[in-house]
Amino acid sequence: MSSGQVAVLDYGIGNIHSVAKALRAVGATPLLTSDPDAARGAERLVVPGVGAFADCIGCLTSHHLEEPVREFIQGGRPFLGICVGMQMLFSESREFGTHRGLGVFEGTVSRLSEGEGIKVPHIGWNSIQPGRSWSGSLLDGCAPGDMLYFAHSFSATPTHEEDRLANTGYGPNRICAAVQKDNIMGTQFHPEKSGELGLRILKRFLSL
Amino acid sequence: MKRQTPIRLIPRLDIKSPNLVKGIQFEGLRVMGDPAEHALRYYRDGADELLYVDIVASLYERSGLSGLVGETASRIFVPLTVGGGIRTLEDFAAMFRSGADKMAINTAAIKDPEILTQASRAYGAQAVVLSIEAKRQGRSWEAYTDNGREHTGLDVVDWCRKAVDLGAGEILLTSVDREGTRKGFDLDLIMAVSRSVPVPIIAGGGAGSIDHIAAAIDAGADAIALATLLHHKDFTVPGLKAALRNRGYSVRP
Repeated sequence: MSSGQVAVLDYGIGNIHSVAKALRAVGATPLLTSDPDAARGAERLVVPGVGAFADCIGCLTSHHLEEPVREFIQGGRPFLGICVGMQMLFSESREFGTHRGLGVFEGTVSRLSEGEGIKVPHIGWNSIQPGRSWSGSLLDGCAPGDMLYFAHSFSATPTHEEDRLANTGYGPNRICAAVQKDNIMGTQFHPEKSGELGLRILKRFLSL
Repeated sequence: MKRQTPIRLIPRLDIKSPNLVKGIQFEGLRVMGDPAEHALRYYRDGADELLYVDIVASLYERSGLSGLVGETASRIFVPLTVGGGIRTLEDFAAMFRSGADKMAINTAAIKDPEILTQASRAYGAQAVVLSIEAKRQGRSWEAYTDNGREHTGLDVVDWCRKAVDLGAGEILLTSVDREGTRKGFDLDLIMAVSRSVPVPIIAGGGAGSIDHIAAAIDAGADAIALATLLHHKDFTVPGLKAALRNRGYSVRP
């Protein structure tokens, strides 16, 4: 595994410490940073996110980190967005009004549908299925049906089917559980809270 | 009701710093050992989440758990909920920094329900757990605070509805009457709350057997908080999961 440096973006929101602890557990020495230059220059960048989409994007902007994140992504090095960190990669969100996202993936973030036995937030372990082949991807080494931990009320719907790396069923919702486009990866689930399986995915990210 | 995610088994660790303790109806606390050691064992055994409750926090008006949370969050990679003494948004922030994922709040939400909205907006509804200590009063239940000692005059079902509207994303529903008794859950309570709110319910208080757990799931629980029965080693997490799987319930491997 690469000993490469990984930065976790500290942009004033959410629980970045769980992610940092999980990265440490798989042998990395994560740098928690809110410095635009450190973010730009990182070998790998992880952007967690919890809470409201608009607040997350707002914090990114107010910390002068939106442009550095865009530049990092364009630079081709491995990027991982987790939960709202993944949702921010999409074009727009309809959580508490319509808000523009980073637009790396075309699509919309919207509230999950409730239904018989379908509670929102979607909290708990759920199984993932391939949206396309996992070979060579972030999820290489995972098996269809592997269970990971989700905790969210909103989810991203990619416009292009091929952006879906993994899906998860939840009643009427076909949740996009993971996306990947070359170096740009995102998971709706929390690898840092998904036990040994989640740690393996983080380790995989560090090896890409 | 058909469940869409596997039932979650959540060991609940009541802590009177520095010890793991357990009582009956929150009284007569017995020291059970080192909380970090128990937490790690439950994690390795396949617990789906963990729940820490500082049960003396209300005496000091603050949680004494941040050290324990910080220490265990480096070794436990499933969600960690912390309750007891979470009063302000600053407490939320401090616990998150230590590595917690969700906060269970009771007294603070009753004193100032707006905190549910503020916390939910800042951290997402999934991080805001309304903690209910319910005591049966005839055909309904009253919400209590301070480990079932202080009554609030609030009807449990009404309060749950209101709290969810304000932003609570999950409910930790503890029956004070059954807590620590191993006599089974208050199934009417689980049914009444789960029918009234659209968010997941963690049922606690009374588990003593597989039958009890199965009945709580059938009554509408999405997750089960387990303390006495695990701490006393009546059952293990893998043993419970195997038994539930045999009965056709979905559990995480």
